[in-house]
Amino acid sequence: MGDILVVAEHLNGALDESTFELIGMANDLGNSVVAFIGGSDDMIGQLGAASKVVRVDAGADFNPETYGAALVAVADHVNPQVVLTSGSSMGMELANMLSAQKSWPLAVAATKVSIDGDVKAESALFGGKIIATTNLGSGPCVVAVVAGSAPADAGRKDGRPAVESVDMPATAGKVTFKKLIMPESADVDITTKDVLVAIGRGIGSKDDIEVAEELAEALDAAVAASRPIIDAGWLPKSRQVGKSGLKVKPKLYIALGISGAPEHLEGMKNSSTIIAINSDKNAPIFDVAHYGMVADLFDVVEELTEALD
Amino acid sequence: MTLKTMVRKEKENKISYVEKDSAIIDGIDVSGHWNKMYQPREISNFDVGPLEELRALAGAESIGNCYQCAQCIGVCPVDNVGDYGPRKIYRKLQMGISLFDSADLWQCTTCMNCLRVCPKEVNMIEIMPAAREKAILDGKEVPAELQEMFQNCAEYGNPMGESPRKRARWAKKADVEVKDLSKNPESVDVLWFVGDYYAYHGRGNDAANAMARVLTRLGVNFGTLGAEERCDGDSQRLAGEKGLFEMLAEHNIEKFNSLEFNKMVVSGPHAYNAIKNEYPKMGGSYDVDHYTQFLSSMMDKLKPLMTREFKKKVTFHDPCYLGRHNGEYEAPRTLLNAIPGIEFTEMFRNKEQGYCCGGGGGGMWLDGFMADNINERLSENRVKEAISVGAEVLAVCCPYEVSRFEDAVKSTGNEGKLQVLDIIEIIDQCIE
Amino acid sequence: MKIVVPLKQVPDLVEDLELNDEGTGLDYEYLKMKLNEWDDHALEEALQIKEGGSAEVIAVAVDGEDVDKMLYTALAKGADKAVKITGANPYADNQELARVLANAISGMGADLVLVGVQSAGDRDGWLAPILATHLNMPTVSVVTGLEVNDGTATVHKEYSGGIMAEFDVALPAVIGVQAARQTPRYAPVSKVRQIQQSASIEEMAAGDVGDVVTSTVEEMRHPEKSGGARILSSVDEIVEVLKEKGVV
Ligand SMILES: Cc1cc2nc3c(=O)[nH]c(=O)nc-3n(C[C@H](O)[C@H](O)[C@H](O)COP(=O)(O)OP(=O)(O)OC[C@H]3O[C@@H](n4cnc5c(N)ncnc54)[C@H](O)[C@@H]3O)c2cc1C
Ligand code: SF4
Ligand code: SF4
Repeated sequence: MGDILVVAEHLNGALDESTFELIGMANDLGNSVVAFIGGSDDMIGQLGAASKVVRVDAGADFNPETYGAALVAVADHVNPQVVLTSGSSMGMELANMLSAQKSWPLAVAATKVSIDGDVKAESALFGGKIIATTNLGSGPCVVAVVAGSAPADAGRKDGRPAVESVDMPATAGKVTFKKLIMPESADVDITTKDVLVAIGRGIGSKDDIEVAEELAEALDAAVAASRPIIDAGWLPKSRQVGKSGLKVKPKLYIALGISGAPEHLEGMKNSSTIIAINSDKNAPIFDVAHYGMVADLFDVVEELTEALD
Repeated sequence: MTLKTMVRKEKENKISYVEKDSAIIDGIDVSGHWNKMYQPREISNFDVGPLEELRALAGAESIGNCYQCAQCIGVCPVDNVGDYGPRKIYRKLQMGISLFDSADLWQCTTCMNCLRVCPKEVNMIEIMPAAREKAILDGKEVPAELQEMFQNCAEYGNPMGESPRKRARWAKKADVEVKDLSKNPESVDVLWFVGDYYAYHGRGNDAANAMARVLTRLGVNFGTLGAEERCDGDSQRLAGEKGLFEMLAEHNIEKFNSLEFNKMVVSGPHAYNAIKNEYPKMGGSYDVDHYTQFLSSMMDKLKPLMTREFKKKVTFHDPCYLGRHNGEYEAPRTLLNAIPGIEFTEMFRNKEQGYCCGGGGGGMWLDGFMADNINERLSENRVKEAISVGAEVLAVCCPYEVSRFEDAVKSTGNEGKLQVLDIIEIIDQCIE
Repeated sequence: MKIVVPLKQVPDLVEDLELNDEGTGLDYEYLKMKLNEWDDHALEEALQIKEGGSAEVIAVAVDGEDVDKMLYTALAKGADKAVKITGANPYADNQELARVLANAISGMGADLVLVGVQSAGDRDGWLAPILATHLNMPTVSVVTGLEVNDGTATVHKEYSGGIMAEFDVALPAVIGVQAARQTPRYAPVSKVRQIQQSASIEEMAAGDVGDVVTSTVEEMRHPEKSGGARILSSVDEIVEVLKEKGVV
């Protein structure tokens, strides 16, 4: 049984939550866990749940070329049974480059990984409509895991494990990192958000939108709306979901006081998970929602926000 | 004498006003003396290119007829809630402002009210599709909602982007048999063209079910194209996607021609207009009735069936494509007047002067776009009129309208005060 | 400049996805295929570059049902050339598809290969980075901004939370496009039909695909379906769902 190599992902000097999720997941599989980190040494103190860290000085910031080459070098050094990356923008790039360069089998969009002689990964494909189990053989292989597939707390432990260094291999130098661009908070693009808190006429008044905004903040979500809210001028048109607004398919869509008219459903029915809160148990939104609660939205939302904080 | 010239450029429109103390045009001195009494006279020097470009399009020639009498402005439903109309378009063209780059290009609902009054027969019903088609072919920006509708129709044959295979799914839930002739071809008396909204929209499903029940009670031997039916294409044509219309029409005609039937009955005025007036140009001629026409021709059978009373004050909205476009004002009224217990009342704007709901000519897929151009939806304006005549029920017979007016009832704060029903639903309620 | 855009057909999620009898894959007989929406963005970005300066845009696809229509549509939108690869598996996963495309593209002299960053059925990888490895080109994926100047592409790669990183990439390169600078354009039906009459699609044999990194699908299934919404009765239950979905 070989080691599990976990890619410790970081951005702007801070480790990504997925790192802890992956370390926790890897520990559960029972193999010894080695973390690869390409950036600054400072972050290693948080990787106490790994048994070993291999560091390559690949530059403080992610670069697909340098980090890709560094990961290949580390994989050669560790000779793992499985390499786990996150399913993120960086993680996917690394997983794919490693797989292609080493000719190691790869599964992406994984939500579960198991090792029973062979390594198997369960992936959610086609917008969650199909669950596929891939057999990747006995290893080495690569799995890119969807964020949130395992609890982060299990892999979060302070402490500095043993650190080994691998020299940064030479690259062709064709990709140059220039800078990070921070988002302008002013404009929200509801089509790119993973979580949306959507409000409808049931919100009642402009002042009460605050209640939804607080929930959105707690969920790192944006506030979207049905058309009457935009008609009333309570939110800009860029937040309108539906036939004559934007089509969204977030991971989670929370509909608060939205009846579920066909014109609204056209814009959001493809969301992975829909939770509807509506005081009318016959509201058509419950036909498309995966979870529903028949209640006054104000009773629920404030309590929910508190529970999350 | 020095020539004083002042040029003012309007940023977007590139209009230039040239102000002269004297001017010689085509060799004639038009300065005169009288103008010295006032401010220096302004002689415009506009680019006639945009007008000529539009006029050169087949179908759009009549724009050049306009003599600015403004009759159209008084009746244009869009001008009623905004700032738009044939006269204004022509005026802008005179000033060198192109229609192709203007929001005006998408505002006309092709309701035909202007043509009814225009002394010069400026025909927006032909001008608009021609102008829009050119804009689309030239790759000009098309409002996103409309573009998506085109895409959906091209891919799935319906504007909602629903699975074509699910087109006949509503019929599975109907409590009477609806023959699917695409699966089991047989000769029928009536081929019923169901249409997108009846097939896919929740409220349309209600009307489709009602229609199936009523036809069955009348003993009509009818069938549908099932999942093989496609959107009729008329709104796509009027919105400028002529190629898409042709593709959809060719498909439907091929299916029609493969079946044996005596008569075609359609649920909607847009399909009616397409099949009656446009399909023949493509080689598909059929004896087609709007359902109100078909049913009103069977009153002797229908009347005895309607034994349950419908004691409500009802008003009726004339669909532009049944009324003005095809001259049918009586059939729906015949049906409504035969409803036992009904109190029928007209709105002020009725029959040939009927107000448009805003859904025609592609307007059904321009709600968001129009919100930036008008101060009230046409459907909202109409709902207020229905309320003002004391109606409890707004009866319609166009599948677009139930969704539009129900929404407008809510958005004008009249929830609970006015019910929107397809005439077929009312008939169905009256049959025990 | 030559921009190659591989176009891939994916099952249209408007139809229910049916599984084969063995439960190891989709039943392709009953599927409606359509252009992968991210590939449409890649094509749009290529056309934007073309219109902003000069470039030749070549659309490439593996032969299959309705592929001609897809390629004609690309031509109607403004692509200069369409190439169809014959004799390859139209339903191949990305590892195999990358080999097929690498074979086809390597001789084209591409300066830029624009690929949709992902597609709905990606199971064994993303096309862009795998293709880049086979073509021996540098690559960046999840790109939402792209500018080409003198043999260098300046790209914006998207991270979570709206943060982006800017990279300079020496051409030739493979870019995984997340979103074009503009919504992909619509090709009017009459234009597509006209192109069908006047233009032609080049054909190219897939040839020997070589070694493909394989993995076996042991099982494909539909997730358990709960008819209608599961009704929750307390805030705690909502929190449970949020946890289950990895939102908190
Ligand atoms: C051409 C056209 C285009 C359209 N485009 C769009 C579009 O793009 N997007 C869109 O959204 N709509 C669109 N519409 C409008 C659409 O038809 C509906 O009218 C609209 O979506 C209704 O919005 P709603 O659900 O917020 O309001 P309502 O339908 O009024 O529903 C409000 C809901 O809130 C519930 N509620 C009330 N109070 C509470 C409370 N305290 N707690 C919990 N629940 C409560 C009620 O039970 C009700 O179900 C369009 C309509 C047309 C005709
Ligand atoms: S009614 Fe006819 S002639 Fe008169 S302004 Fe309108 S378009 Fe012109
Ligand atoms: S057809 Fe109707 S909407 Fe169009 S310009 Fe004439 S009156 Fe106005």
